[in-house]
Amino acid sequence: MRHGKLTPSALRRYGFIVSFLLLPLALYIVFFVSPNLQAIQLAFTNSRGISPTFAYVGFDNFTRLFDDDVFWAAVRHHGVILLAMPLLSLLIALFFSFLLNLGGGQRNGRMAGVWGSGFYKVVFFFPQVLAVAIVGVLFQAILRPDKDGILNSALALIGVDPVGWLIDPDLALWTIIGVAVWQAVGFYVVLFSAGMASVPKEIFEAAALDGANRFTLFFRITIPLIWNTVQVGWVYLGIAAFDCFALVQVLSVDRGGPDNATTVLPLEIWRQAFSYYRFGYSSAMGVALVFLVLTFAALTLRVTRRERIEF
Amino acid sequence: MANSSATKRSGPGVFGGLSHLALFIWTILTVAPIIYTFLSSFKTNTELFGGRSLALPENFHWDAWGRAWETSHIGQYMVNTVIVVAISTFFTMLFGSMAAYVLARYRFFGNRLIYILFVSGLSIPPFLALSSLYKVVDNLGLLGTHAGVVLVYVAFSMPFTVFFLASFFRSLPDTVAEAAMMDGASHTRTFFQIMMPMARPGLISITIFNVIGQWNQYLLPIVLLPGDKQDLWLITQGIANISTSAGYEADWAALFAALSMAIIPILIVYVIFQRQIQSGLTAGVGK
Repeated sequence: MRHGKLTPSALRRYGFIVSFLLLPLALYIVFFVSPNLQAIQLAFTNSRGISPTFAYVGFDNFTRLFDDDVFWAAVRHHGVILLAMPLLSLLIALFFSFLLNLGGGQRNGRMAGVWGSGFYKVVFFFPQVLAVAIVGVLFQAILRPDKDGILNSALALIGVDPVGWLIDPDLALWTIIGVAVWQAVGFYVVLFSAGMASVPKEIFEAAALDGANRFTLFFRITIPLIWNTVQVGWVYLGIAAFDCFALVQVLSVDRGGPDNATTVLPLEIWRQAFSYYRFGYSSAMGVALVFLVLTFAALTLRVTRRERIEF
Repeated sequence: MANSSATKRSGPGVFGGLSHLALFIWTILTVAPIIYTFLSSFKTNTELFGGRSLALPENFHWDAWGRAWETSHIGQYMVNTVIVVAISTFFTMLFGSMAAYVLARYRFFGNRLIYILFVSGLSIPPFLALSSLYKVVDNLGLLGTHAGVVLVYVAFSMPFTVFFLASFFRSLPDTVAEAAMMDGASHTRTFFQIMMPMARPGLISITIFNVIGQWNQYLLPIVLLPGDKQDLWLITQGIANISTSAGYEADWAALFAALSMAIIPILIVYVIFQRQIQSGLTAGVGK
């Protein structure tokens, strides 16, 4: 047991700092920082696979991107996903979290959620813990285009002919967006519920006393109060809209099909690298993707910035 | 969340009815695919394709489960994933909290720069580095090994783990650590015996976050554990593969059985720890 009054010397202090940072930093630099920097370098080469010989080709890969129809199709799909997926997920989640936290009206003078809200939160959140790859296989079976697919069987009960959910090029991307929304909603229900729980109950009760109906309560009171959380959710889902790799790779027909109708940049990056071994071209696509994601993040933060309501 | 315990009559009127209908429909949409998968694993092919796919199975045949277990190697993939995720989450948390602690509570030259280096990783999608990561791991002789996957998982988990834990360590009071140092505890001992226990809530949240994130990872395994290393595969790539592999074309029941085997353990863990899992996963976005 050391009881002496030992003021830690600067040397010990620096020794400690270095010993604690060395391994984490080394690992992070070798397996994260350096691959990312090398990717930027690769984007200007004609590197193929793991072959050590390659030449610098300047901006050739990027000029090729501009003429690549599949690249532009993928960018367009990100645009569609970016508009639809966050909006649908957030609206549905806001609606449900409102019902589950405030929709029950007043009980004993306090605002409360509808009956069974604890149960609903547990059920709605579950898709979030399933791996996207598993969700993809699950929905492959559900969305089978023939009359024996489960969704088509259910629709047949109300007289709808079998729908080619994933094989109809006009529909396939929307089907994939639907599955992404299916998985995302529960997460945001829980997130918004936490946001609503942190708002003092008196605010809602005062509004209800003043005669605010449920629509006013929802649009004029609840949404402004948790706007900060909604904004975070928007950024998070927006960034997710630039991913979608696992879902498209597993769920869509022909990996991004039919006829590239559902392809996304991450899928093309992966395909260029590991199906065609065009490491240089694939990395150039990676740079384009990073550029898109960072542009989106910067724009969103600028546009949605709004005074936070303190309470 | 607390108000769900306030049970009384549900709100009356049309609004109450409609809201229950909406909630009921979403419950069905969430639960039905999973129940359908489970039930279909007991069906025969004629039951699956005879235009009666909504009906319950006539008999509960378990033989599809046997076929799935033998041909799809789900058990093997599950064991592989448990080993990889256990080791990589352990080192993610150890290294992540070491770095976060030093960056959060010690002032030294370069602190800010190193912190920014870690945190800037949050905004880089993992797809940028795919080709070069493959090269780096291959050059180190780690391609197609679990060690390679673990090291990459730890590195890719660092930005979020350091970011979250640094803000957590910053929020802890200084007095306890100072008292421990006064009593002669070393920096290392103060960290492991005083600060780590104090940071427990944050550590638990981020551990859950990392376990689920790494368990569900799909991109990195398919890049780092190629097709010729099938005995090393992880659960997500195994499941994704069974839907395309030849043996299942005529055997949908076995596909559903394999899928059920992958889902049921997750379901059980989720039901037991749902409160911790929900707060662990949402903690990440709430920051």
